[in-house]
Amino acid sequence: MAQIMLWEAIQRAHDEEMARDPLVICMGEDIGVAGGTYKATKGLYEKYGPLRVMDTPISEGGFTGLGIGASFLGIRPIIEIMSVNFAWLAMDQMFNSAAKIRYMSGGQLQAPCVFRSAGGAAHQLGAQHSARMEKVFMGIAGLRVVTPSNPKQAYGLLKSAIRCDDPVFINEHELMYNMKGEVPDAEYFMPLEGSEIARSGTDVTLFGYNISAHWCLKAAEILDKQYNISAEVVDLYSLSPLDRAGIKQSVSKTHRVVIAEEDEAPVGVGSEVIAIINEECFFELDAAPVRVHSALVPQPYNHTLEKAAIPDHEDVVKAVLKLFGKA
Amino acid sequence: MKIEDKKRVLREMVLHRRFEERCYQAYIERKIGGFLHLYPGQEACCNGVMEAARPGHDYVITGYRDHVHAIKCGSDPKEVMAELYGKETGSSKGRGGSMHIFDAANRFMGGYALVGGPFPLAAGIAKAIQLKGGDEIAICFLGDAANNQGVFHETLNMAALWNLPVLFVCENNRYGIGTSIERSTAVVHQHKRVAAYNIEASECDGQDIEVVYEHARQAVDHVRSGKGPFFLELMTYRYRGHSMSDSRGYRTREEEELWKQRDPLFILRDRLIEAKEMTMADYEAIEKETDAYIENEVIKFAEESPEPRVEDLEKYVFADRESQKPWLTGNAA
Repeated sequence: MAQIMLWEAIQRAHDEEMARDPLVICMGEDIGVAGGTYKATKGLYEKYGPLRVMDTPISEGGFTGLGIGASFLGIRPIIEIMSVNFAWLAMDQMFNSAAKIRYMSGGQLQAPCVFRSAGGAAHQLGAQHSARMEKVFMGIAGLRVVTPSNPKQAYGLLKSAIRCDDPVFINEHELMYNMKGEVPDAEYFMPLEGSEIARSGTDVTLFGYNISAHWCLKAAEILDKQYNISAEVVDLYSLSPLDRAGIKQSVSKTHRVVIAEEDEAPVGVGSEVIAIINEECFFELDAAPVRVHSALVPQPYNHTLEKAAIPDHEDVVKAVLKLFGKA
Repeated sequence: MKIEDKKRVLREMVLHRRFEERCYQAYIERKIGGFLHLYPGQEACCNGVMEAARPGHDYVITGYRDHVHAIKCGSDPKEVMAELYGKETGSSKGRGGSMHIFDAANRFMGGYALVGGPFPLAAGIAKAIQLKGGDEIAICFLGDAANNQGVFHETLNMAALWNLPVLFVCENNRYGIGTSIERSTAVVHQHKRVAAYNIEASECDGQDIEVVYEHARQAVDHVRSGKGPFFLELMTYRYRGHSMSDSRGYRTREEEELWKQRDPLFILRDRLIEAKEMTMADYEAIEKETDAYIENEVIKFAEESPEPRVEDLEKYVFADRESQKPWLTGNAA
């Protein structure tokens, strides 16, 4: 099993699927000759040529719609939207065309396309380049949403997303492309539904995903070593649908809940997980669930303000200590 | 056009006209819900272009004024009407409605309700044709108002850049909902707008099917021969309002009357009568037969068809679960 970076894992999934199936293509801004802003498509242009590795103009609505239209005829496009902030421009096509086509055609057409996009606050990118938008995508009927927290997930989720006949949005994070992790040498498909127990524990469940899964893991370690609290970390890599059974199972075991998300709180993963807990296992709770989330502000440029707007593992630790009456 | 083709197309156009008028009546009777956008006045556009293309072979996509385009591609009028009635036997199994007729078997890729939305989809279909290597073309029928959307320009740019086999047909009916083209658009003649993208274009009368056909033949040949996209502008008029909720307060009855003098059905009919290929009595007989067919078969089918089952509410949101299991729940490799 090789240790590779997350961008390499994504590149490998592209390469394997494009080598296997000539109908798999990829498209986006700077993905070809330039090799991709985050290197996720490095070397593919040289290998598969401009017809299958398409450097698009900066026209997110246009090229996203073009990829969707191609998918109606069986092409499997992997559409990279450089930054999730630009996805607003493509949402009409993603939501009105891709997500609804199967339903409004009575099952005659489908849009088996993959949308990949990098979100999250990186380093002082300001209000229009720092958005977390998973909340927007996870409420759309007909669209699947997954978000990898490590290279193994990034590889396996993309592989499954390409094969799946439904449109899939993959929410990546700008700060995570160089993160290293083990990816199996053999071909591997990560299920698009479900969740993963990233660390087993008994006293409290920390729900996280993508970058916040790492805050949870780090917090769990601190809680264990310094406070003798055993935290279970559940990685909600599938945001739509959320894993109701997995959430119920962990809450029924630990009876206490903290949900960590980099997105802002109103209308998000945290509120949705709490709703699921209410519906599935409310009486298992020993304390009210707590959300750790960003401040509801357009992302500030100033470094100190930016740090103040975005939570991290320390905020997760604090939330847990509060739950246990230790803070 | 050959004389037999003209006669056949006139009969089809009568069906298209009477079908739409019958929809109007059914809407008044509340048999049809939602929004309803009717095509009378523009029949020569769809018919003229598709006579020059290959219905059922070429891929067609359009906006929400889509019933006639579907029928011209080969859809059974019964299924289109059943869709308007929201029935399980409808083109889209009652899930789509008037604005979302689909017929994949006849390569009618659908009606879409966001103005301009089909532009990039059409280019994508053309991209797929290019990758697969077929001789089909993609034909995108939209109105003039769609050209004020950003994706119009984005799509023209990409279609030209990648030499995609797509024909854009602009049915310029002079109104975007209730705003005239002079009041919404800096350039009335839409074909001028595409020159900036190095795309071949032409403009012609959209009421005379023979004129449309001749221009469309050149346009279709251009696209099918691999020369890239083409933009064909047809100057036309819709006799009814934008949708059923439109009282046409934005235009004069005199203007409407002028355009009714140039009714595409009558232009073709009168030419055939003048050439002694048919009589007025023949034409009236076609109308009568068409009405009987619509009433006895089309409407009857729609009326008698079953409603979708409520248990199937969530069917078609996602692909059939069993077929997707390896990717959804694991054990794929």
